[in-house]
Amino acid sequence: MKAFTYERARTPAAAAAAVAGHKGAKFIAGGTNLLDLMKLEIETPTHLVDVQDLGLDRIEETTEGGLRIGTLVSNTALAADKRVRRDYGVLTRAIVAGASGQLRNKATTGGNLLQRTRCPYFYDTNQACNKRKPGSGCAAIGGFSRQLGVVGTSEACIATHPSDMAVALRVLDAAVETVDAQGKTRSVPVGEFHRLPGDTPHLENVLQPGELITAVTLPKPPGGRHVYHKVRDRASYAFALVSVAAVLNEDGSGRVAFGGVAPRPWRVEAADAQLRNGAGAVTRTAFADARPTHENAFKVTLAERTLAAIIQENRA
Amino acid sequence: MKFDTPAGSNPIDAMKVIGQAVDRVDGKLKTTGQAPYAYEHKDVPARPAYGYVIGAGIAKGRVTAMNTAEAKRMPGVLAVVSAENAQPLGKGSMNTAKLLGGPAVDHYHQALAVVVAESFEQARNAANAVRIEYERGNGRFDLAKAKPGAQPLTGSDADTHTGDFEGAFASAAVQLDQTYTTPDQNHAMMEPFATIAWWEDDALSVWTSNQMIAWNKKELAATFKLPPEKVHVRSPFIGGGFGGKLFLRADAVMAALGAKACGRPVKIAMPRPLMLNNATHRPATIQRIRIGTGKDGRITAIGHESWSGDLPGGGPESATQQTKLLYAGANRLTALRLAELDLPEANAMRAPGEAPGLMALEIAIDEVAEKLGMDPVRFRVLNDTQVDPEHPERPFSQRNLVRCLEDGAKRFGWERRQTRPGKMRDGRWLIGMGVAAAFRNNINMTSAARVRLSSDGVVTVETDMTDIGTGSYTIIAQTAAEMMGLPVEKVRVKLGDSSFPASAGSGGQWGANSSTSGVYAACVKLREAAAQRLGMDPATAEFADGEVRAGNRSAALADAAKSGEIVAEETMQWGDLGKKFQQSTFGAHFVEAAVDAYTGETRVRRMLAVCAAGRILNPKTARSQVIGAMTMGVGGALMEELAVDKRFGFFVNHDLAGYEVPVHADIPHQGVVFLDEADDKVSPMKAKGVGELGLCGVGAAVANAVYNATGVRVRDYPLTLDKHLAKLPAIA
Repeated sequence: MKAFTYERARTPAAAAAAVAGHKGAKFIAGGTNLLDLMKLEIETPTHLVDVQDLGLDRIEETTEGGLRIGTLVSNTALAADKRVRRDYGVLTRAIVAGASGQLRNKATTGGNLLQRTRCPYFYDTNQACNKRKPGSGCAAIGGFSRQLGVVGTSEACIATHPSDMAVALRVLDAAVETVDAQGKTRSVPVGEFHRLPGDTPHLENVLQPGELITAVTLPKPPGGRHVYHKVRDRASYAFALVSVAAVLNEDGSGRVAFGGVAPRPWRVEAADAQLRNGAGAVTRTAFADARPTHENAFKVTLAERTLAAIIQENRA
Repeated sequence: MKFDTPAGSNPIDAMKVIGQAVDRVDGKLKTTGQAPYAYEHKDVPARPAYGYVIGAGIAKGRVTAMNTAEAKRMPGVLAVVSAENAQPLGKGSMNTAKLLGGPAVDHYHQALAVVVAESFEQARNAANAVRIEYERGNGRFDLAKAKPGAQPLTGSDADTHTGDFEGAFASAAVQLDQTYTTPDQNHAMMEPFATIAWWEDDALSVWTSNQMIAWNKKELAATFKLPPEKVHVRSPFIGGGFGGKLFLRADAVMAALGAKACGRPVKIAMPRPLMLNNATHRPATIQRIRIGTGKDGRITAIGHESWSGDLPGGGPESATQQTKLLYAGANRLTALRLAELDLPEANAMRAPGEAPGLMALEIAIDEVAEKLGMDPVRFRVLNDTQVDPEHPERPFSQRNLVRCLEDGAKRFGWERRQTRPGKMRDGRWLIGMGVAAAFRNNINMTSAARVRLSSDGVVTVETDMTDIGTGSYTIIAQTAAEMMGLPVEKVRVKLGDSSFPASAGSGGQWGANSSTSGVYAACVKLREAAAQRLGMDPATAEFADGEVRAGNRSAALADAAKSGEIVAEETMQWGDLGKKFQQSTFGAHFVEAAVDAYTGETRVRRMLAVCAAGRILNPKTARSQVIGAMTMGVGGALMEELAVDKRFGFFVNHDLAGYEVPVHADIPHQGVVFLDEADDKVSPMKAKGVGELGLCGVGAAVANAVYNATGVRVRDYPLTLDKHLAKLPAIA
């Protein structure tokens, strides 16, 4: 870990200004991912702006009938919120499928969206990684890629986004609210928040330097049956091989997003329209552009079969 | 004392304390955080500095430049030690790779330097500022590719031939010829390698985490070219070893080098990301098994060949070990082949030999039973042997495999198993049952102990035996209590110190029987001395209830030490009973597994182990060992695998997020049954090893249960869902 300076910001705009005004500065909230990366010197911020005093830790109802989730709401608090459990069950189920109780107590809503890939080559600084060191190459391609992405990847990077929560937010059509150093706010649909790697895999989202996530908003409850099915090699405390977040209606229509397969929560709206035609029809559309490796080609089959199980249970 | 004739009756047979489910005597220390582990000791001559190890960034090649200038200028840095400036080191006989590499690099994350600083953070920060340049060499990292060049071995690893295997196999009515693979695995113990080292003049002391104190002392002496009496090793508590801590490792060597360089104690805990490539591991195997039987199901030919790899000068995974002894059959073949690989060092891990060997053999047995249309329990029972099949004149000292299988089948409800696979369902889940035999040899090791009787009637045991979480403290206290007629509370046990008599140490499931036998021997001497002090005939004196009784006289045991502490020391040595009788431990593992018909996820639902391992010294600690071992078996069956990058030659998933071991949610109800045994040909304790037995066979029992559930036979471990997904029932 490199030495860094530290401050605690008082307002969101001041936090944004502090990061924007200091080269190499980063925000820190729960720190569950950032501190690990700093120990390994994968992240080497020169200055940390701690946002924990900003008061953005409440869940409020919006005038549109949805919820505004403060960026500092812990994963535990979000999953346990009565309104979330009642109206957005897929979100609760996704959150409790991830990490451990201790980590969820510390991890925040905004931080969860910003966590970085768990690609093992990203984590090993002896290995080439375009995400960690732009232009150095990708050791994962042609290497141990069983866990890595099958769709939305590029010649430069095949990493996945590791979040469960974000997959549920994607299926719920959530949006990310931000503030920048000038105090200007905007709202970005979660589907447009994460970038695909292309030839710049180190750029993972659309945030500008210093731009701070202040909240995640959920539109009014979508109804339907909420399912999150996470498939992994052990029963708990592992990242998804494949996960499926689904909201299914009684008539068989609905929406679906996939985790563990792509550099961002993977949802193809045209695939949603295929739900009444069965899992195969959905995944053929959602994974039409898949380019798996020989080690992770099973993920496409697994996505289809996992969705099939969900559809089957919804019928029963 | 030499154990060379079967044990007659002795004080242990009273089993007032031995055989009782005594709570761990060190349990409170551990559960309240008061048991100090290697990194935590305060008993050091000065405030320790912190060392941070730098591991090689390539697998094979040379260091062409190491720039330490920037690191040395950083705050708090006291020293940077590498092969360039370290004293010339000797090499111990037990590790294959050099523990300090450079300029030649022999494997990934081989220690190349240690940075010592005032704080851990300063040391880590400076270590990242050391710039190393390499010239990459060509390494060999792929066992399958290296297999054709693998070589036969000699000594105990030499090929064995009995009868005419090829002929008998060729003419067998039923034949199986299959190949199985097991992956590289890591011990993944909770406590990392850790050492605090310091020098006083030319004497080296360490607090470390090591299973074998006497070996460690010898290896440290060889490495630093010291007379052994100049080395003091202490390791009273160990947070898991699993074979990874049998040998001297880089943490101790680098801490001692750092301490020498800065003239202060230095502490090092190996960072987790370095643990899996810096350390030893269980090597991958490719195993070919051929079994031929008559139509009656009797094995006529059994052949087992296994290939594994290691660094030049290393050894094989002895995966054919159990096949020499487990089943009858007149015509036999075993062969080990060793390939040279430039992966990190292969060595002992969790029941080396039998654990991966049975993972293959016990699937093969299941496959033959199916070909025969015979129940797999019955097939195993039919092919039981009471003698060493390679040397029929040699009986087993005691062998109750059949009882384990039959008793287990009854308890487990084996009759509910469907013979045809893929026929039992519970909603979305495919259900199956599997069985495997458990087998692990008993090994006895020379073991010494010192016992002291003080005037307050307390007996203190001193031996360099280790407790790696197994319960050594407790069973040693029970042994001394039984021998001296005391309650456990009147016994103090001191372990893990090289100034104590050398014990068997912990490994190869030899620790419990051997170390308690050493304590038994010392206590026999102490009884004699105590009786003599009390003026009683040692031959007839009885020790019970804190008293010594002979004829119509009795006295408090404490009175024997009134005129001064009595000290007795003795070594248990072993005669040739292990040659005359094959000494092994046996068991049967039963598993019920569920496989999600859609996703292919496997969840183990029930497990049962029935064990025949001689006298069980403490059923509570023994059960804990067995359920831990069964958990390792589930890990090996379903998830544990070091992923090899065959281009760059390293284990890619080198932390506990990537290298998955079971979590609580993976482990269902585990039943453990011990048959009531006492094996008088093994030791005066009449006990045998049991810890590793609990692992041997579990993997195959899981694999056989998964097959019974799905009808898809997977022969490559671990059985992750991708290996059977495409062959599961079609989905709607």
